[in-house]
Amino acid sequence: MTDQNEHAEQAEQAGPADPGYLDGNAAAGFLSEIFAVDVTAARGRCAHCGDENVVAAARLYPHGTGMVLRCAVCGEVLARATEMEDSVCLDLSGLAWLQVRI
Amino acid sequence: MSTVWRVADVVDVRAETPSARTIRLRIPGLHGHLAGQHVDVRLTAPDGYQAVRSYSIASATGANGVAEDELELTVEELPDGEMSPYLVHGLMVGGQLEVRGPVGGWFVWRPTDTGPVQLIAGGSGVVPLMSMARAHAASGSAAPFRLLYSVRTPESGFYRDELEHLSRDAAAPLAVDYVYTRTAPAGAVTPPGRLTAEALSAAVVPAAESPTFYLCGATPFVETVSGWLVDAGHAPERIRTERYGGIGGAS
Repeated sequence: MTDQNEHAEQAEQAGPADPGYLDGNAAAGFLSEIFAVDVTAARGRCAHCGDENVVAAARLYPHGTGMVLRCAVCGEVLARATEMEDSVCLDLSGLAWLQVRI
Repeated sequence: MSTVWRVADVVDVRAETPSARTIRLRIPGLHGHLAGQHVDVRLTAPDGYQAVRSYSIASATGANGVAEDELELTVEELPDGEMSPYLVHGLMVGGQLEVRGPVGGWFVWRPTDTGPVQLIAGGSGVVPLMSMARAHAASGSAAPFRLLYSVRTPESGFYRDELEHLSRDAAAPLAVDYVYTRTAPAGAVTPPGRLTAEALSAAVVPAAESPTFYLCGATPFVETVSGWLVDAGHAPERIRTERYGGIGGAS
């Protein structure tokens, strides 16, 4: 993976402009700060449309103070992570469940 | 808050193409990594500004003399990039980087995986797939591997000589096919052009053999190709994808 904003050449090679999101794989480093096991390989169920897939396959929208994870099927929010000075707030209300391999 | 960032020492750098370079890092306390994982790299400016980007690991532990506490990244320079020009041109042997990882447990291949594998790369998306090809060879895996690699020109491809070498390794079978989008090599039968659904079907492991796909490139490439694969009868749950990406702000 390389910088998402840097890939004009590949976008040109493949077609339309980059849609501006990453996939859940890119959240692995951030999530490794919070969880002891890799969460990107965990399966979850979208509370909105019921699609079941791994976190790695969801769409990740990083922003200045955290990230938003959206369902790749319906586009609704699965999870939000917001960084604060000495903590991270996780909103997982968009996930009906999350199955983590231990 | 973070306690997981480590300081890595740059122990080797080498050019892959005029705009891409491989950087070997030694990370004290590292004990190997999985093929396909990535690390997050953090740079801090003198004024305290920090940038974080994710870079795929190109190496495989134990292959090409890469020690257990080492790994290699291949970084392509993109002119407007915040970090890649420094990594490709500024960083020197003896320098240091802050890294988080290796991380990622989904877009990975393990030597215990025995089924056929189809790797598909768009441009520098070949990097994590090269880690898999190297791990495959280093472990003497008999799992059939095939790589389809889309590049603009013959000169812009990474690892050409090593891929040719790996494709002759009978103990760890790897077939390599190139798609040239701008300029094809002299004497090529197929004129340059973007990958098509038909060319894709002809160059990948057939659906009847139930291959696992690892597909990496820019988002439009990944979405287009994964759609074609599903249309051609490949099961979506066997298509693992990774898009290019940084995670600015999530430091």
